[in-house]
Amino acid sequence: MPLTYPRQVPLFSMGGAFLSRADPTVIHTLQMKAVQIRKHIIEMLYRAASGHPGGSLSAVEAITALYFHHMNHDPQDPLDPNRDRFILSKGHAAPALYAALAESGYFQTPILKKLRQLNCNLQGHPVCYQTPGVEASTGSLGHGLSFGLGVALGGKLDKKNYHVYVMIGDGESNEGQIWEAAAAATHYKLDNLIALLDRNFLQIDGHTEEVMRLESVHQRWSSFGWHVIEINGHNFTDILNALDEAVSHQYQPTMIILETVKGKGISFMENNVDFHGVPPNEMEYKLAMEELNLLQKKLEAQQ
Amino acid sequence: MTKTLINPRNAYGETLIELGKKHPKVVVLDADLSKSTKTIMFAKKFPERFFEMGIAEANMISVAAGLASTGKIPFVSTFAVFATGRVYDQIRMDIAYSQANVKLFATHGGISVGKDGASHQMIEDIALMRVLPNMTVMAPSDAPQTKKIVTLMAESIGPMYARVGRADAPVLYKDADLKDVEIGKGLITRDGDDATIVACGTMVDPALDAADLLKKDGISTQVIDMHTIKPLDTVLLKKCIQKKSVLLTAEEHSVIGGLGGAVAEFIAEQRSCLPFRRIGIKDRFCESGPPAELWEKYKLNAKYQATIIKQLLKQK
Repeated sequence: MPLTYPRQVPLFSMGGAFLSRADPTVIHTLQMKAVQIRKHIIEMLYRAASGHPGGSLSAVEAITALYFHHMNHDPQDPLDPNRDRFILSKGHAAPALYAALAESGYFQTPILKKLRQLNCNLQGHPVCYQTPGVEASTGSLGHGLSFGLGVALGGKLDKKNYHVYVMIGDGESNEGQIWEAAAAATHYKLDNLIALLDRNFLQIDGHTEEVMRLESVHQRWSSFGWHVIEINGHNFTDILNALDEAVSHQYQPTMIILETVKGKGISFMENNVDFHGVPPNEMEYKLAMEELNLLQKKLEAQQ
Repeated sequence: MTKTLINPRNAYGETLIELGKKHPKVVVLDADLSKSTKTIMFAKKFPERFFEMGIAEANMISVAAGLASTGKIPFVSTFAVFATGRVYDQIRMDIAYSQANVKLFATHGGISVGKDGASHQMIEDIALMRVLPNMTVMAPSDAPQTKKIVTLMAESIGPMYARVGRADAPVLYKDADLKDVEIGKGLITRDGDDATIVACGTMVDPALDAADLLKKDGISTQVIDMHTIKPLDTVLLKKCIQKKSVLLTAEEHSVIGGLGGAVAEFIAEQRSCLPFRRIGIKDRFCESGPPAELWEKYKLNAKYQATIIKQLLKQK
């Protein structure tokens, strides 16, 4: 089933369709957006006094690139049948998704501060019918890739041009269902399904290779018949190029392995497994915000 | 009088074809059991709308939820044991919690699966599905009712589970008897004053036979076909309680958590002291054997149902 359509210009195309994805102004804008999203994440987790900083922070660049440049989506019409879909299979990174949705305009940013509180539609883990823009209910690991596969099958059946992006975790890849989906996606030649693996090498009990060996993860996915791209998951040029390559790749689903750092962007959280599911305390919150404000000023000065 | 037998699985397959013609949004998924569940009938007619998912049930359930999110009406089929217990978490998250419009239709429910043994005799599925918020749970009793219920499933919105057995089932209804059937409304299949049997699925036919046996002894027995276990038809149940007769439930399922459990919970809160018993599998796994002998050994058949009604009448 070849994809024979000119890709629509994404609504969030900041450089315009005629500019290269590697355009420095595009990259700079995305870097600024990523800092803003990290600030939201820290703020949300601090106020919620619970949640998962490490895996939220490692996912920021990929989510930012998708929502603010690559995907065709319209916050005014969250159920547009032609939209591209993003499914956060590693649902514990919900703060990163919620921040991207709020910054996109799906809901007001002040709502972010009510994450995990009573009578708020931002649940600890995403719920599809509660929050505008959330496609799937996740939190129990291993489901999202299969869900995305169903959305991709539906797209093929309806002859729609949208793409389905599913982010999974490396710890999550312990789940057998991931590999059931990996097999089915190539069986159905779903080139409209693009998975992103947040390869940050840490899960709750420690280093991924000590908890349950995943290497060689590249070979695993290619042996399942996927087109595999391995990139620096914090480099926007790499991410945008990989997404473009994935979209133009035919007859196979694509796996983009994002080499990332857990807790990325906050010095004392980076590669620190203790920040998997523990929010910052008051002192850590202040330190983290200082670091992010500093980076924000530096980026603003580059404009 | 000899009974006319039709397999409810065949009724399911035929109904899927009708639904496929009528509703372009209907899609069907199966996990390498399409010949047994009869989804193969749909697959042959609408190959582009049938998804063979292989022996990977967890994936199948979440894929169905994804398809539902694109507006499709997925019917998902496999044996009851694999359709529920094996994939409980996927159903919980992606279908029940997400309010996905997925229709789970399981075959081979209960011990009358027979010779395959307890590994394949699902007696917990109704309990597992009943406990899930947002889930509707049904067990049609014969082929015409199966046809009616499958059609209603396609035309109603929300997560739903229905199960039938493996064996051919006596035909209890004419299509005309079923034209007013609604999800959540039990049927008074036979009226009677002295006793009530509330049965579902494969147990409705033996309940009717039990009523015949009791009639010979001058006992008039009402038989309720409670095809929907959740939401339970409490209006009809209240009427049964008001009769001040005796009440028996019958199901090919554990006595814990299924129809008997649901009815017991309801009548306990009604402060009703009418004599009450549950017929079902008594918190144990069963064994390989021919279906009729299994029903006899594990005390599900008509004779046993009649015996229990007589015991209950002595308690009045």
